[in-house]
Amino acid sequence: MMPELGKYAGAVLSSYAVSLGLIAMFVWLSLRRSRRVKRDLEQVEGRRDGH
Amino acid sequence: MASIWEYANPVKFIRTADRLLPWLSGLALVLMAVGLFWGFFLTPEDYRQGATVKIIYLHVPAALMAINAWLMMLIASLIWIVRRHHVSALAARAAAPVGALMTVIALATGAIWGQPMWGTWWAWDPRLTSFLILFLFYLGYMALWSAIENDDTAADLTSILCLVGSVFAVLSRYAVNFWNQGLHQGASVMRAGAIAGDTEERVSNVYAVPLFVCMAGFAVLFVALVFLRTQTEIRARRTRALLARERMA
Repeated sequence: MMPELGKYAGAVLSSYAVSLGLIAMFVWLSLRRSRRVKRDLEQVEGRRDGH
Repeated sequence: MASIWEYANPVKFIRTADRLLPWLSGLALVLMAVGLFWGFFLTPEDYRQGATVKIIYLHVPAALMAINAWLMMLIASLIWIVRRHHVSALAARAAAPVGALMTVIALATGAIWGQPMWGTWWAWDPRLTSFLILFLFYLGYMALWSAIENDDTAADLTSILCLVGSVFAVLSRYAVNFWNQGLHQGASVMRAGAIAGDTEERVSNVYAVPLFVCMAGFAVLFVALVFLRTQTEIRARRTRALLARERMA
């Protein structure tokens, strides 16, 4: 199944690893910040509504 | 018919983004998976570039989105300057890290591709240099947003920076045509035309079709990430405003 990459295997595979790794990390960080900010806002709004 | 300006309402924007995000994320995942699988496993080696041609499926879509992200930020910044809609300023802010990510991927894959093809990781070629400057503009834009406490002042100043940086976004796209020198080849993908006839300068359809699928995947991924991050910026702004009110009370 794996294509024959020959002497360029290192270049091709590292391109895919770097790019997909960066994208995956960026998506994870974006989701994590989104959840944290949403939780913070809910807390602040909850405090305000409690008054 | 609903006006586009209705989405300048933060609540409406968040609700709409909540509805669209699962679909956009799924579509991006499918397009990228299909395009990258097709390109990596099912396309042949190029007769000149060998297996390195498979890097095109990451390098070109990332480079395209690096430029388009800045153009999207330009439009959002102009809307902020003219109409003072906070959502547009926050959308520009949200898009900057995504654009910077795309620029890093384009630069990294370009260097990895350049080493075996040109014998060097880097050259001060017009397109490479203008891309590096575009990346520095992204960093400067994000730093400026973070450095200014008042959101409106930050939006004003970053909008001006965005206008200036647009020159480099355009240069990154057309640098090869302007200077007609350097190692980087001229535009060959958009001339690929999955339909048009062959010329030596044109990307063959064997590579072009999966490449267009990858480009669509990267574009949808960009939109999904900007929606997600704009929601986050809207919520963060609201939190800051409420905390400021608490402190004043």
